[in-house]
Amino acid sequence: MSPVLVDIANLSIAFPTQQGLSLAVREVSLTLGVEKLGIVGESGSGKSLTARSILRLLPSNALVTADRMEFAGIDVLRAREAELRAIRGRRAGLILQDPKYALNPVMTAGEQISEAWRAHRKGTRRQARAAALDLLAQVQIRDPERVARSYPHELSGGMGQRVMIAMMLAPDPELLIADEPTSALDATVQAEILRLLEALVSRRGMGLILISHDLPLVAHFCDRVVVMYAGRIVEELGAADLSHARHPYTRGLIDCLPTLTHPKSRLPVMVRDPAWLA
Amino acid sequence: MIEVEGLHVRFDDVHAVNNVSFAVPRGSGFGIVGESGSGKSTVLRAFSGLNPDWTGTMRLDGAKLGRQREKQFFRRVQMVFQDPYGSLHPRQTVDRALSEPLLVHGIGDVEARILRALAEVALPPSVRFRYPHQLSGGQRQRVAIARALMAEPEVLLLDEPTSALDVSVQAEVLNLLADLQQRRGLTYLMVSHNLAVVAHLCPMIGVMLGGEMVEQLSADDLRHNRIAHAHTAALRALSTELEEP
Ligand SMILES: Nc1ncnc2c1ncn2[C@@H]1O[C@H](COP(=O)(O)OP(=O)(O)OP(=O)(O)O)[C@@H](O)[C@H]1O
Ligand SMILES: Nc1ncnc2c1ncn2[C@@H]1O[C@H](COP(=O)(O)OP(=O)(O)OP(=O)(O)O)[C@@H](O)[C@H]1O
Ligand SMILES: [Mg+2]
Ligand SMILES: [Mg+2]
Repeated sequence: MSPVLVDIANLSIAFPTQQGLSLAVREVSLTLGVEKLGIVGESGSGKSLTARSILRLLPSNALVTADRMEFAGIDVLRAREAELRAIRGRRAGLILQDPKYALNPVMTAGEQISEAWRAHRKGTRRQARAAALDLLAQVQIRDPERVARSYPHELSGGMGQRVMIAMMLAPDPELLIADEPTSALDATVQAEILRLLEALVSRRGMGLILISHDLPLVAHFCDRVVVMYAGRIVEELGAADLSHARHPYTRGLIDCLPTLTHPKSRLPVMVRDPAWLA
Repeated sequence: MIEVEGLHVRFDDVHAVNNVSFAVPRGSGFGIVGESGSGKSTVLRAFSGLNPDWTGTMRLDGAKLGRQREKQFFRRVQMVFQDPYGSLHPRQTVDRALSEPLLVHGIGDVEARILRALAEVALPPSVRFRYPHQLSGGQRQRVAIARALMAEPEVLLLDEPTSALDVSVQAEVLNLLADLQQRRGLTYLMVSHNLAVVAHLCPMIGVMLGGEMVEQLSADDLRHNRIAHAHTAALRALSTELEEP
């Protein structure tokens, strides 16, 4: 049995609004071992909040309740801030949705990765530089030397995304939360990055949470997939069971995708049934 | 409508676009796919005048383009970027964002045009006085498209217009772009890393690798695997692999 890295029971997250409390995450329970878990669902369904709650990285006005909320046996809701700082970015990494906001515009890509590496590995500058180049090559950057000395605005969309992945892999974390990590990447690079993450899960024994809108991608890559709708988990699927998905929302997520092999002149759009909220 | 011949773009130590040529007939669509960093966005930026350091020949409707773009160019050609956060000013309401192009080009009838533009992208009139952060990602991208359409352009340059959107909103935006093309005879030049998205809108597709356009083929050829270049074959294999349950 692999160790339990994440154990969440009955998590709810609410925000105060003028009309009273608005519930963004409702009674979510999840456990994660050394495995690849996918979270899919439409924009606003609560995927990022659920994942970020594991590191207690939530907006300051968020109201969080849970029966249990543990990372590697640590009670995240009651832990001191110092204890959490030692986890974040070191034992658990978070690849954010938007690289443009997460990268420092006045530091080169290489400096940013070296800094992340040094913060946790205590090596020399030269070792950190070599590690940064190696990480860039691992995320399939063709010309690591040039990209290392580039500033974020000199990189293409997909290069920025990969620089961020390299930064998060630098400290060799036990848990990696990847929020839409490959949304700007072409299929070949995406496949290589997923292969790299896969290798880290099996070789290093890392736990991985992959958040995405792309249900076929996630189902292909992950061991298990949970589908969120309006703050709730509405369905949980084994990776191979995607074609047996039962919830109409899950079916809808599959049907709206354009495909190469079965073209349609108009794409079906999601028609939401109020009963799904019940 | 769009002709590009022998286009080169160089940065200090990168030859980002290397001898790229293609043409897009009026009312049609051309999609550019290919490896991350292969120069796709740079082609769009050079055509739109955002990047003056290029050599080669580019024509719009038969007329050669110079280094500088005149105001008239932006009336005819508009660009929609990948990131709807970046392309809308955070402190401008939807109303401001939509009326600005009308002011710039001295177009009257502002009130009616704004209401028509919102209706055209299927947004309720109630979003008119909201700020970008009060909209969902899909709504923001629709505002960006509405804004690009305000001055009634003939050509839209689209850089990953749906990759920040969830699949249900992506379907809405793709249907909208198809409708607009039918209704207005728009010409599209579109970049996306998603082959199925490109093939859905564009009858012709160019594949880029390391700055070169290594293959041009029809969407139909792509669908039926009539492919010449190994990179195209690799991209297609990975995309269709995910389509099989
Ligand atoms: N600071 C906040 N104040 C109020 N509501 C918030 C705040 N942060 C998030 N929310 C709301 O919580 C809900 C869930 O947000 P979350 O970011 O988890 O969505 P998501 O599933 O990750 O969506 P996306 O795919 O667009 O990233 C959304 O409806 C959002 O508007
Ligand atoms: N302002 C710049 N200064 C220096 N190099 C640049 C600049 N803009 C782009 N480049 C380089 O040009 C090459 C092509 O970039 P471009 O953004 O066109 O790629 P792309 O095909 O759009 O990739 P992606 O799919 O990742 O967005 C990259 O190697 C990039 O680093
Ligand atoms: Mg999110
Ligand atoms: Mg690009």
